[in-house]
Amino acid sequence: MDKRNAIEVEGLTKRFGDFTAVDAISFQVAKGEIFGFLGANGAGKTTAMKMLIGLSRPTEGMGKVAGFDIDKEAEQVKRNIGYMSQKFSLYDDLTPKENVRFYGGVYGLSKNRIKEKTREILKELHLEEVANKPVVALPLGWKQRLAFAISMVHDPDIVFLDEPTGGVDPYVRRQFWETIYQVAEQGRTIFVTTHYMDEAEYCDRVSIMVTGKIEALDTPEKLKEEYNANTMDEVFLKLVRY
Amino acid sequence: MQTLRYLIQKEFIQIFRNKALLPMMTLLPIIQLIVLSNAASNDVKDVRLVMVDNDQSEISRSLTRKISANDRFTLVEVSFSHDAAFELMQRNKVDIILEVPSNFEREYYRGETPKVQMLVNAINGQQATVGSGYLNNIIASLSAEIQRDESLVMSTSTPRATALVEVSSNNWYNPELKYPHFMAPGILAELAALLTIVLSAMNVVREREIGTIEQINVTPIKKWEFILGKLVPFLCIGLILVTVGLVASKLIFDIPIRGSLLLVFGYAIINLICVLGLGLLISNFADTQQQAIFVAFFFVLIFILMCGLFTPIESMPKWAQYATIPNPLAHFISVTRKVLLKGSGFWDIRWEFIYTIILAILFNVAAVWSYKKQQ
Ligand SMILES: Nc1ncnc2c1ncn2[C@@H]1O[C@H](COP(=O)(O)OP(=O)(O)OP(=O)(O)O)[C@@H](O)[C@H]1O
Ligand SMILES: [Mg+2]
Repeated sequence: MDKRNAIEVEGLTKRFGDFTAVDAISFQVAKGEIFGFLGANGAGKTTAMKMLIGLSRPTEGMGKVAGFDIDKEAEQVKRNIGYMSQKFSLYDDLTPKENVRFYGGVYGLSKNRIKEKTREILKELHLEEVANKPVVALPLGWKQRLAFAISMVHDPDIVFLDEPTGGVDPYVRRQFWETIYQVAEQGRTIFVTTHYMDEAEYCDRVSIMVTGKIEALDTPEKLKEEYNANTMDEVFLKLVRY
Repeated sequence: MQTLRYLIQKEFIQIFRNKALLPMMTLLPIIQLIVLSNAASNDVKDVRLVMVDNDQSEISRSLTRKISANDRFTLVEVSFSHDAAFELMQRNKVDIILEVPSNFEREYYRGETPKVQMLVNAINGQQATVGSGYLNNIIASLSAEIQRDESLVMSTSTPRATALVEVSSNNWYNPELKYPHFMAPGILAELAALLTIVLSAMNVVREREIGTIEQINVTPIKKWEFILGKLVPFLCIGLILVTVGLVASKLIFDIPIRGSLLLVFGYAIINLICVLGLGLLISNFADTQQQAIFVAFFFVLIFILMCGLFTPIESMPKWAQYATIPNPLAHFISVTRKVLLKGSGFWDIRWEFIYTIILAILFNVAAVWSYKKQQ
């Protein structure tokens, strides 16, 4: 594995019965890169991501994340990555504070570190006033930003975000991407899926998945050039013809 | 270990924040105790009896007097006609016909062994069996009163009456035949097992449904930590349930507590760990709460029907008796009855301990083993 790569994937495949959800995909993501993982609904983005983070076993192929084999060393992979699921998955009945404490604790952070982290996150997201209210009462945008912060409570090298901005308003999306940039500047790698093509423009490189295969992979500029398009929207539509 | 602490802490916060769970843990056991202990009671109070007195002697009259003085019996009629009495039984108006033949007294004093006949209405078997048992006692005490060496010998037309010996020996530690005393400890055990199995299975599957389990699976948490983190909080719930149930049984039914409570709780902990292991095992194979409930009820129903709460294990067929060995509920009920009612010590319930420990290990190891962090 190239030392400069955070993720390397070779022929990664996932089948559910006869159905091939992810069909022999191969790519590399460099350290510190913001990598956009695009594709239509059902293209296989979530399935591919779950194999990378050790939630799902590849049917075929191999992959390395943070230098560890995704199949044989899944538990080591988990120490070095953060994951924000497409489905909101904080504890609704716990407060933001309790959620931070719980996930911090499960990742093995010290008591002091948890306190520090809690203060940091609440301040950054301006959640001090609702710190002791159950998460269920928060607006979706706030919940998503909290989930993002908590997915990085243990300071992972690589962060996987599965549609982090799904369903939130443009203002929160803007805030979200500002945070993503900050995180990338700290040297972390971001692997993000999205359906918003304006967000695709913010990525260093994007891949576009069509029915389980990666059909295109490059920087947004090069892709626009190659497909003779003005926006990523057009590139996407040209590739993903239903 | 630290991870475990956070898991347990989180679980407790959620439990105490859940408005439905606390009443379920306190009210439910009390209501069920009251309802089931009374409704499922085998207590026989009102045995309807017809006396066919063909003898009209001193002995037969004192027998009639003795029976009507006993408040478990209602003397429906004293008749002279066997047919009239039998007619009543066929219309299900009477549970037992006691027939004293003519010349009974004369034969008796002649030193022969005359026979009274007992006809038992087996439609209402419970009433009849237990009733005939009482009746036998009355006859026996009467014959003892008539100071003679030869006692009355009687025969019955159904073999049920011979069950007398078994019935009274089964209940020797509950001589007043107070059925709530007999039922309450069993129902207590049943409730604790049922609630903890269902709650633990549902809890994990709920996390799967909302997706939080995925967030946990992506952390470096160990499988045993996760299982133990679920087990400990629900063990506490189970123990609270047992405590509430015991206090309620004491206050409402005044059940005797002859043995050591420490022993009961010691055993309860092992038993709860065992059934929780099963609940968690079930949760690993269910994707939705409905599935979990279905499978949990499948086990719970079998456990309840074959646990000796309603049918004594001794009167089950042999294969069914062996089938109670992997039934944690049967052991729990046996232990609570033995320790509370009989005052048994550890040595008397060692097999229950041994079987339950083996089951607890099996279920929990299987639960940890089948918990998959990776699909
Ligand atoms: N556990 C599973 N069993 C069977 N099929 C599955 C399973 N998980 C996903 N699939 C199928 O695999 C395909 C890819 O699903 P996936 O969730 O990866 O798509 P996606 O690109 O993330 O879509 P979206 O943009 O809607 O999130 C879909 O057709 C889906 O139905
Ligand atoms: Mg998806």
